[in-house]
Amino acid sequence: MTALWRPTADISALTERAALKRRIREWFDQRGFLEVDTPVLVAAPVTDPATENLTLAPGAAPGDVFLATSPEYAMKRLLAAGSGNIYQLGPTFRADERGRYHRPEFTLLEWYRVGQGLTGLMDEAGALLQALGFPPARRVAYSAAFAKVTGLDPLDVDNATLQRCAQDLAKGLTLDEDDRAMLLDVIFGIAVGPTLGQDGVPMLLHGFPLCQAALATQDPHDLRLANRVEIFIHGVEIGNGFEELTQAEVQRARFASDNLVRASRGLAPRAVDERLLAALRAGLPACAGMAIGLERLHMVLHSHHDIRSVMAFADELIVSTAEGPSEGCDR
Amino acid sequence: MATYSTNQFKSGLKIILDGAPYNIVENEFVKPGKGQAFNRVRVRNLLTGRTVEKTFKSGDTVEAADVVEVALQYLYSDGEAWHFMNPESFEQMTASDSAMAEASKWLKGQEICTLMLWNDAPISVVPPNFAILAITETDPGLRGDTATGGTKPATLETGAVVKVPLFVEPGESIKVDTRTGEYVSRAKEE
Repeated sequence: MTALWRPTADISALTERAALKRRIREWFDQRGFLEVDTPVLVAAPVTDPATENLTLAPGAAPGDVFLATSPEYAMKRLLAAGSGNIYQLGPTFRADERGRYHRPEFTLLEWYRVGQGLTGLMDEAGALLQALGFPPARRVAYSAAFAKVTGLDPLDVDNATLQRCAQDLAKGLTLDEDDRAMLLDVIFGIAVGPTLGQDGVPMLLHGFPLCQAALATQDPHDLRLANRVEIFIHGVEIGNGFEELTQAEVQRARFASDNLVRASRGLAPRAVDERLLAALRAGLPACAGMAIGLERLHMVLHSHHDIRSVMAFADELIVSTAEGPSEGCDR
Repeated sequence: MATYSTNQFKSGLKIILDGAPYNIVENEFVKPGKGQAFNRVRVRNLLTGRTVEKTFKSGDTVEAADVVEVALQYLYSDGEAWHFMNPESFEQMTASDSAMAEASKWLKGQEICTLMLWNDAPISVVPPNFAILAITETDPGLRGDTATGGTKPATLETGAVVKVPLFVEPGESIKVDTRTGEYVSRAKEE
């Protein structure tokens, strides 16, 4: 049994991480971004059907307290208050996520630039990656990447065909033919994502189907699409960005539809974050934002193959069973 | 009935799928950005030895398999079953032909084997990695023929047939790798 007191990352990896954070801060500071810190403890959970907040034990504080799954809502409230361009490097928490690229606590770099659209965001992300040492990024449309692997057009194909394709890839999983977003997730997660950016050249994936819009605006040039981009390097999703939704009522409708999906998946609905909606009503300037997982960025930059190698203590929460510690992923 | 949730999955975990015991060989947590998470696992059927891929939604639960491995000493075979004994408790247990599989080729008696038990019944038997067995039948050794790579079949005292170098004599004991069924060397004094 290894000495459980020891860090899971080498000191050399921690040195890489410190240098990476320093270079990131320099890059944003030089461009006039304001570094901000927003709360980890929040009163409102997310409505996202695929993300669960960790919560404090009942009675630990008056009312329910959740750990933030992203600094997004608070940063948008700052933007609505006139902060201008902002960035943040900080801890983020998501329940039940553990694996080679996942831990329930991880670090997000998140930034917002006012007056920027999706193309500008992709340019900026590409520039940051180059400054960190990656080659110039390539771009590919979601539907092109999807079709290349599956032969199907994710924007047009019928649910039944999609379901057959997903079922083929995920043997043993019962998939609801009506849950299109889930079917796309299964196919994308298993078969498409891992093929992107395999040669080490960052791949910017854009043109997501509208059902996967999250908080992004709809593409006015093609109403089937959302203004969302994801960064892939060596088949790993490193970042996720949007041209941000600024209209409160559209946002409210998105939250409502999230809750419908939650209900259809047997999950409890989540109360909507009224303070975010109030900020949108007060006026969120047109902007685009991106979140990048710092640990994954570190992993692909310095060729680490498990998140354990880049976090000082990646396994503090592992529950030991009689057979030994249990983990999300093993080789 | 004990259960495991997908967030307890790891290599070596024993679970029940479709009524049979499986070993998790590999477990991968997949979560496309802001999407549903699932576990893709490669599992080996402990009864048939076949490996298959299965996908679970993150948070699903499976039944735990009561599978343990024990070290037991092989005693004898009475033609119907293979008899083993716990060298500490002297408790005896029998294994069927299907649990024995290839192991029967390498056992003459007294060897400590690893038995896998499912609900207390043996489903597989693994003999020690090496066996020292006498050759009961083979063509005579050709003296001086240590240089050629040629082999000849030899029948061992257990009935197993292995390929041996041409210089090996009938009656000699040889060392065999039970995992590959291959001749390793002539036995040292045994």
